[in-house]
Amino acid sequence: MNQPLLSVRNLKTYFHLDEGVVKAVDGVTFDVFPGQVVGIVGESGCGKSVTIKSVLRIVPPPGRLDGGEMLYRPQKQAGYEGLRPDGAIDLATLDERGKQMRALRGSEIALIPQEPMASFSPVHTIGNQLIEAIRLHQPISKQDAWQLAVERMHEVGVPSPEQRMNAYSWELSGGLRQRAMIAMALSCSPSLLIADEPTTAIDVTTQAQVLTLLKGLQASHQMAIIFITHDLGVIAQMADWVVVMYLGRVMEQGPADDIFHNPQHPYTRALLESIPTVHSASRTFLPTIAGSIPHPFNRPPGCPYYPRCVEFMAGACDQRTPALQPIGQRQFVSCFLHHDVADE
Amino acid sequence: MIQHIIKRLLLLPVLLLIFSIFAFIIIQAPPGDFVTSYIAELASSGSSMDQVQIDALRAQYGLDQPIYTQYGKWMSRILRGDLGVSLDWQKPIKELITERLVLTLIIGLMTFFLSWVLAVPIGIVSAVKKYSLLDYGLTVFNYIGIATPSFLVALIAMWLAFSWFGVSVTGLFSAEFVDAPWSMARVGDLLKHLWLPVLILTLSGTARLARIMRANLLDELNKPYVEMARAKGMSEWKLIMKYPVRVAINPLVSTIGWFLPLIFSGSLVVATVLNLPTIGPMFLRSLTNQDMFLAGAIVLIYCMLAIIGTLISDILLAWLDPRIRMES
Amino acid sequence: MAEPQEPQPSFGQKVLENMQTASAVSYKPMVRVDEDAALAPVGAAQDAEAFYVAPNWKLVWWRFRKHRLAMISGLVMIFITIIALAPDFFATQNPHTTNALESFIPVQRIHFFDERRLSPFVFGATGQRNPKSLRVEWVIDESVKIPVRFFAPGYPYKLLGVIPTNIHLVGVAPTEEQAAAKEAAGSSTAAGPQRISQGLHLMGTDRLGRDQWSRLMFGTRVSLSIGLVAVAVSTILGIFLGGISGYFGGTIDMIVQRTIEILQSLPAIPIWLALSAALPRTWSVEQTYFAITIILALLAWTTLAREIRGRFLTLRDEDFIIAAKLSGCSQQRVIFRHMAPTMSSHIIAAVTLAIPVMIINETFLSFLGLGLRPPAISWGVLLQEAQNLQSIALAPWLLLPGLVVIITVLALNILGDGLRDAADPYTS
Ligand SMILES: Nc1ncnc2c1ncn2[C@@H]1O[C@H](COP(=O)(O)OP(=O)(O)OP(=O)(O)O)[C@@H](O)[C@H]1O
Ligand SMILES: [Mg+2]
Repeated sequence: MNQPLLSVRNLKTYFHLDEGVVKAVDGVTFDVFPGQVVGIVGESGCGKSVTIKSVLRIVPPPGRLDGGEMLYRPQKQAGYEGLRPDGAIDLATLDERGKQMRALRGSEIALIPQEPMASFSPVHTIGNQLIEAIRLHQPISKQDAWQLAVERMHEVGVPSPEQRMNAYSWELSGGLRQRAMIAMALSCSPSLLIADEPTTAIDVTTQAQVLTLLKGLQASHQMAIIFITHDLGVIAQMADWVVVMYLGRVMEQGPADDIFHNPQHPYTRALLESIPTVHSASRTFLPTIAGSIPHPFNRPPGCPYYPRCVEFMAGACDQRTPALQPIGQRQFVSCFLHHDVADE
Repeated sequence: MIQHIIKRLLLLPVLLLIFSIFAFIIIQAPPGDFVTSYIAELASSGSSMDQVQIDALRAQYGLDQPIYTQYGKWMSRILRGDLGVSLDWQKPIKELITERLVLTLIIGLMTFFLSWVLAVPIGIVSAVKKYSLLDYGLTVFNYIGIATPSFLVALIAMWLAFSWFGVSVTGLFSAEFVDAPWSMARVGDLLKHLWLPVLILTLSGTARLARIMRANLLDELNKPYVEMARAKGMSEWKLIMKYPVRVAINPLVSTIGWFLPLIFSGSLVVATVLNLPTIGPMFLRSLTNQDMFLAGAIVLIYCMLAIIGTLISDILLAWLDPRIRMES
Repeated sequence: MAEPQEPQPSFGQKVLENMQTASAVSYKPMVRVDEDAALAPVGAAQDAEAFYVAPNWKLVWWRFRKHRLAMISGLVMIFITIIALAPDFFATQNPHTTNALESFIPVQRIHFFDERRLSPFVFGATGQRNPKSLRVEWVIDESVKIPVRFFAPGYPYKLLGVIPTNIHLVGVAPTEEQAAAKEAAGSSTAAGPQRISQGLHLMGTDRLGRDQWSRLMFGTRVSLSIGLVAVAVSTILGIFLGGISGYFGGTIDMIVQRTIEILQSLPAIPIWLALSAALPRTWSVEQTYFAITIILALLAWTTLAREIRGRFLTLRDEDFIIAAKLSGCSQQRVIFRHMAPTMSSHIIAAVTLAIPVMIINETFLSFLGLGLRPPAISWGVLLQEAQNLQSIALAPWLLLPGLVVIITVLALNILGDGLRDAADPYTS
């Protein structure tokens, strides 16, 4: 159990546009252990989706992996080329369209996308797409795949699944659509499930049901989950380990308890400040984080957060970029308030 | 959608009625009639007619009756399947145009299929390999194809064939087959002549369609469902063909509605340049000679082809796109 | 902050203080980079704020400027428009002057350097009567050099219809002996069975010995203006009918939509032909010109009307229009301040793309002899000279007007595409 399933090391994914380079992910490091739920939080545009697209190797051009390692330990089948002595394979070195990466995608690492509506093809039935997902990785007949798909749909709580198999995605309600998506992701029993804001497109009640469902499935399938959201409440409910991102970099990470009760980075604290709680007085302003995220071509040197940081130290934060360093027993922070190690 | 198609079918006679009135008014519009131009023709060859003969001729063709009577007679004959007699050629119109119509349809349909067969892959490749050398090449080809009117292509092709090979590429049959009855040899001769007009018409058609296909596909390629298919582990070409291409084809199918009639009427000009025995040149001649029944019949045929084109595209679209099929 | 607050941890207070000092800076949701990039003027990453406040047309212009091919096409169109405005200046001869003896003279290309010295000239053409066909056949004769001059005097005309002058862009530089020779024997000199042309025919001459270059200049005026006028008429019709159909809705919308549907299901080309054939042969050039324009516009307005109506309907549901409505803008203000500016660039793009279609249509109508008729000059009329294999084989330069058609249509298409992309970077 103490071998990480996936360990991302200093991942860099840049978009090379004519106007300049957008460093969407700029040195991200985190581990996912088997059966663990890792939550990634951060404001919109901080690079959460690009991070997981990098893991799946589906970064759209002009985006490119520009450094780092992503060591993954295949759970199902051995015999991968380029397998290292410790049983891991570096996803960053694989050909993104090659056979190996395609064998991993969907079967070992599955995705629940951000927009379930747009992620189903509008001109193919749900069943068609589910069966295809199954038969891509399992050598079974169409009938068996159909059976399996119906089972999965049933498992994720889709009522009368046989009927829904022949439906088109736009005929389903938002909640059902997301459940069908989950069924598709689960169809090959992945070891790592990546859920990219799976609940943003659906209403609050359904959202709660889907979260409960995911939690239950995680336990029964013993999967690891990378759970992406900008909702700290959802993270608190779901995650064992929390990664806080800002402008393509990890600001802080650690066990959920520590992050919520003992935040170390000014950004984490500011984020936590901005959630309303039952304790906050009525008719007060909810604190927000001042300033705006800088223009992406216009990234300040030094710590990306310093222009908005309340504890900004001139001469340090705006000169060098703090590295992610262990603080205390289990937390990692990149901030000069806590250490003096810089990147590069 | 099914209802929509049924509605269209029911509307068909109404549309045809409107079109036929339209066609008739157009034909009647020029001052004078066939007899006037006939007299002019006689005069130019030195002979003349007296008023009695002229009136007799007018009466014979029914040209002395009020317009609505003429229309009524014309229409009722057409409804009985009788297209009437060409004043100019002095032959039944049906007999005159049947072979020409068949040849027109053959050229049109061949052009249509060839354009699709070329345009769809070209559009796919240039969208998927956007900004590649190939895409640039195809973009240039597309622009030129759109900018060059097909009659110019025909003129240039004719000139090139003449100056390079010294051959004249006009007509659809070699001299010995022009009036010959149908036989295998004649079909073979036809095929030998057919490729040039088809190729010329295909050029601009392909350019238009490929451009539409490329734009449609580019829209689809960034959609989340494509990314999802990738995340499932499908191979790139397979997923592109199954998902975005399949979605991008639908708007292309809806272009059949205007593309098919465009080929038929566009071939008119090319046919004139290349002197092809299709209905186009005959239509032009009937217009200049005020051979109204012939012109009217041909306009009506063009309208029919246009309506059929729209109908086909509607039916195909409903068959292909569940979103449209389910629309009530 | 008048309200009492619960005690805050120190960093929270700092957040608030910071917020007050920075109150001017509001939290701005991040625009996706690729969109930003499309908006950003070249090298303007630093003053990112500039384009948040720029008016729409400026954004369109910034984006358009980056489309190099479209910029070039724009320049080409400006040049062609100048020709259309002052064809006399570019012509070398009166376009209607015929000279039966000088028919089918080949292209005389301008050579700029004469033995490495800048001294533009063309080679003369010599004609020889073919004993069989009895026709004078012309060939370029490299032994005769005719010096040419820019801004040379030629036949008198009124520049832009007002300024009387006789200066043309190029002309034969008159030398004394030639001037004398000219006086002696008209424009070409006969030396036995041989004739030497002293004229300047940049694009050769046609069947009747008319100078094709000069005719092309005048054809440009007619063809371009027919395209523009026909599009203008159909745009006005389209905006008017599309507008009332979108504005009033209900029965009027229904009638307009049905009319559009019927007109669109008509096969345009045969109808155009039939209508043009119906024009009386006795009409004057101007009458035919306007009749052809109307005929072309009659079937073309439907596309524009549809486009405008569709734009209206989608725009109506855009967030910023809803926002404007919710904040109490009057209907007029919403239409003219918010909708019209965003639509105008689309309309301009659609119109630009409609012009080349019209030009092609006029060209082929005239080419078939059903559009403009001689003595009118248009590209189609010029191409009519090249209608059969015999004339093309004899004088391939008669196809040159076709090249001009292609260049113009190409430039207009690229220009229109550039405008459309600039107006709407996210679609297409
Ligand atoms: N195709 C692309 N081209 C250029 N830049 C891109 C592209 N995709 C993403 N980016 C940039 O990468 C950065 C990170 O984007 P990402 O989609 O990962 O954000 P996110 O954290 O998932 O936000 P959200 O919560 O809105 O989903 C953004 O600055 C974005 O502008
Ligand atoms: Mg995202």
